[in-house]
Amino acid sequence: MEKTLDLKFNYTEKKDTRSGFGDGLLEAGRKNPNVVGLCADLIGSLKMGAFQKEFPERFFQVGIAEANMMGIAAGMTINGKIPFTGTFANFSTGRVYDQIRQSIAYSGKNVKICASHAGLTLGEDGATHQILEDLGMMKMLPHMTVINPCDYNQTKAATIAIAEYEGPVYLRFGRPSWPIFTDAAQKFEIGKAWKMIEGTDVTIFATGHLVWEAVVAEAILRSEGISAEVINIHTIKPLDEEAILDSVAKTGCAVTAEEHQYNGGLGDSVSQTLARHNPAPVEYVGVDDSFGESGTPTELLEKYGLNAANIVAAAKKVLARK
Amino acid sequence: MEKQTIEQLESTASQVRRDCLRMVHAVQSGHPGASLGCTEFFVALYFNQLNHDPNFKMEGKGEDLFFLSNGHISPVWYSVLSRSGYFSPEEMDTFRKLNSRLQGHPATEEGLPGIRIASGSLGQGMSVAIGAAQAKKIDGDGSTVYVLMGDGEQEEGQVWEAAMYAAHWKVDNLIATIDLNRQQIDGPTAEIMNLIDLRAKYESFGWEVVDTLLGNDMKSVVEGLEKAKNMTRQGKPVLNLLHTEMGYGVDFMVGTHKWHGIAPSDEQLADALGQLPETIGDF
Repeated sequence: MEKTLDLKFNYTEKKDTRSGFGDGLLEAGRKNPNVVGLCADLIGSLKMGAFQKEFPERFFQVGIAEANMMGIAAGMTINGKIPFTGTFANFSTGRVYDQIRQSIAYSGKNVKICASHAGLTLGEDGATHQILEDLGMMKMLPHMTVINPCDYNQTKAATIAIAEYEGPVYLRFGRPSWPIFTDAAQKFEIGKAWKMIEGTDVTIFATGHLVWEAVVAEAILRSEGISAEVINIHTIKPLDEEAILDSVAKTGCAVTAEEHQYNGGLGDSVSQTLARHNPAPVEYVGVDDSFGESGTPTELLEKYGLNAANIVAAAKKVLARK
Repeated sequence: MEKQTIEQLESTASQVRRDCLRMVHAVQSGHPGASLGCTEFFVALYFNQLNHDPNFKMEGKGEDLFFLSNGHISPVWYSVLSRSGYFSPEEMDTFRKLNSRLQGHPATEEGLPGIRIASGSLGQGMSVAIGAAQAKKIDGDGSTVYVLMGDGEQEEGQVWEAAMYAAHWKVDNLIATIDLNRQQIDGPTAEIMNLIDLRAKYESFGWEVVDTLLGNDMKSVVEGLEKAKNMTRQGKPVLNLLHTEMGYGVDFMVGTHKWHGIAPSDEQLADALGQLPETIGDF
């Protein structure tokens, strides 16, 4: 389907976003000697090996003990270290929510909680590991910044950017090989949405892996005479409300797309913004109050209604409600 | 700060106990029992052991750091912090009240000098202390990091994650103290969840263990902390088992879990204060 479309963004290579994290962490470590790494027995999965090899004195294997890892990271910030914790998104959030809440968020500690294997695209491991609630849990915490980049390059840039930002951050990325369609030299600006494609009929707000699906959806819609604007919301919190309101003032309706429950996710954030400032119809492409299951990433995105075809259908539905 | 003598420390402790009781009484809320039980420890730490600067800086570079994991005994910490100059003793009058920096459980949100992390949800403080201790090692800072936990708190799983980690990583600039008063909120630990032998547990995890058998005797507490200090920097984390009596210093409060989280009435306060000389001056 993608090959016959006139896409506004293209790719020549696919790579996992977790590798963007690993490469970004190495670069952040080279830039700043205060950057330290901690991992709960998933160095390979999180791609933290290169950092560990280059900076063994700044890397701490914690073992399978995520609660302890969060506390240690909080303690390390006190004299100015910038700890990056690495484990799966499920074990980075739900498993350690109270530790993050008290020792990191409420205490305002400069910990970077880096979470891989988020969402359905984790694939075959199934629902125990496919967390679909993490963005909601993290965005509800006062002081917490929540970032969900869309490809290898954006994840790498985001990793470097959060090392330079003072405050707790949740950085979410994933496992599957995914198109690299953003600029390798991009400067990541926390909290600043990126208008990728201009349009006039409907706005698609997308985050994470589904940004690529939104790019494909835009081309499909355009081939059918519908002009869609695509906005990449890489920062879920703080939300770029101005970008959302400016776009919807023009298009009059919105679709949100995320690999997460839309209850508590991007869909919920965009709806709250619109409800308060400019009520407009919204349709959600996201998981609808269910757990995932085993399968390939592509199969799962299809079964749970999270691919480009679903974004197209949602756009048509919301246009009819204008 | 100049180190206080045992006699001076005992005198300070009497005032600290008065502060704890008066704070809890004023707002009819808080945790007097273990605050009284740990008074010798806190006073010995802040007025004799710690190398610290009441002109508070969060980073604490070159300073010994203390973390309170069982945050509910905040009254005794607030008292020693204010009495050693971190903030004015008058501020104790705001304890647990609206718009106060002296939250029910210690917090950094309001910027109270002396507090480096929030605590209260149990089991987290030792992990934090380990992180701070390792950060000091990275920086070549030869100071010591202290943490206090409750004995009931040992029931939290995170404590044992931290215990395993500290030995594995040879965090030997850390002195963890357990307030071994054998009481928790629902009753004696032996009935609620038997801790059995904490020395054996920690030793088997790879720690050095010191027993301070008279945790309400100032000289013993100071000696216990010095012994623990002498065991640091030898490749192992150090545990100080501080045998205390909950409610120590007030005859009707001592040795029972009943005063874990109950405030004294006006009459009870008067009775208690009558047993504790005002040595520095009430706030």
